[in-house]
Amino acid sequence: MYTKRIIPCLDVKDGRVVKGTNFVGLRDAGNPVDLAARYDKERADELVFLDITASHEKRNTMVRMASDCASQVFIPFTVGGGIRTVEDMRIMLKAGADKTSVNTAAIKNPDLLRQGAEKFGRQCIVLAVDARRNGEDSWEVYINGGRTPTGLDCLAWIKKAVALGAGEILLTSMDADGTKDGYDIALTKAVSEAVDVPVIASGGAGNLEHFYDVLTLGKADAVLAASVFHYGQFTVRQVKDYLKSRGVEVRF
Amino acid sequence: MIAIIDYGVGNLFSVEKALLQLGAQVEVTNDESVIRQAQKIVLPGVGAFGDCMENLRASGLIPAIMDMVQQGYPLLGICVGLQILFEGSEESPGVSGLGVFSGTVRKIKAPGLKIPHMGWNSLDVAEPHQPIDLFAGLASIPYVYFVHSYHAVPADKDIITATAEYGETLTAAVARGNVQATQFHPEKSGDVGLDILKNFIQG
Repeated sequence: MYTKRIIPCLDVKDGRVVKGTNFVGLRDAGNPVDLAARYDKERADELVFLDITASHEKRNTMVRMASDCASQVFIPFTVGGGIRTVEDMRIMLKAGADKTSVNTAAIKNPDLLRQGAEKFGRQCIVLAVDARRNGEDSWEVYINGGRTPTGLDCLAWIKKAVALGAGEILLTSMDADGTKDGYDIALTKAVSEAVDVPVIASGGAGNLEHFYDVLTLGKADAVLAASVFHYGQFTVRQVKDYLKSRGVEVRF
Repeated sequence: MIAIIDYGVGNLFSVEKALLQLGAQVEVTNDESVIRQAQKIVLPGVGAFGDCMENLRASGLIPAIMDMVQQGYPLLGICVGLQILFEGSEESPGVSGLGVFSGTVRKIKAPGLKIPHMGWNSLDVAEPHQPIDLFAGLASIPYVYFVHSYHAVPADKDIITATAEYGETLTAAVARGNVQATQFHPEKSGDVGLDILKNFIQG
């Protein structure tokens, strides 16, 4: 059976994993490759590494981490943060990443999606979107880690990005992120119904039912979470056991 | 030594690292003489069928690969490396594959489901009747990682060694004699994938 994916997200700064609440107040949670191996053992289906250093001189730290991860952990992983050009994508994919995610860079230069998809295949190109509600069934895209509004309508931007070459959407609700009150079901469902590529829901996981809700009511193909996993509130396996008990197909 | 054929497509890093982790001696190569000295060959492939075949032809490595296959050396095709073992593909009309297996590659028909078929799916493994059984000793429901929009439809159904369900029954693996191939990525399929690669190394 085809399964829904559970994806721990590791925010990496200067080669170490951190995760904040609403992107402020970071706490150190360990070595990225060790954590990746632990998540693999727990049956995580995929991993996402977001480089929040993003200062250019430290890029090599992330390339080395991707290479170390691909040498030791044999499940798919995505690297995002600071990917601005097709050459940045090429370096990460060559280092062993399976996919690269772009956010701000794609808004500044949408053609990056087309170029990346043409060069590496659209399955390698993940579009990360940070969205905040600005009306009934309406969300606005934010950039720079959720600080800067763009004026772009979330659904319109995502449809355009998929037409250009985005192969998957990593969708973060700025309203839900860090609250532990649950994923943004309405946003996730709206995006999932608008495009034919997989949607990864992100932001707001606090209890087991939240995962179930966004995968069923929200129609997400995958769920991403960070702090609930890093700080041991749940293991990936507990989430999967729960989903299985509610009739959602997952991999063990 | 296992030769991983480098003909300019796809990411060979993970295949190489997975085989190394399992203790194999590995060379990533585009050198015909290295391929001819190998005990086993891995034929990867990513992207479009036509691009893969064009690159493989341009590499000049096809005669060496076909000689090794005919001499009985084990070969493992992965992803589009499985597809190009067939005669052709709907993806790239008019482009001939290697023709090791009879049959063609067709677009997945999965109404209401997302294409590509990307993610983890379970395998239905056929009764083993090949010299190398890639699926020996696996969990009762093995899950593996797929990324593809096309799948092979062999003329001889007996070569299908595993299938997966996604809107229709997809060919997940094929084998005949010394030639094995998987549509999924064993190098990205966690412990199960490593066990499959170990079976190839030891087979």
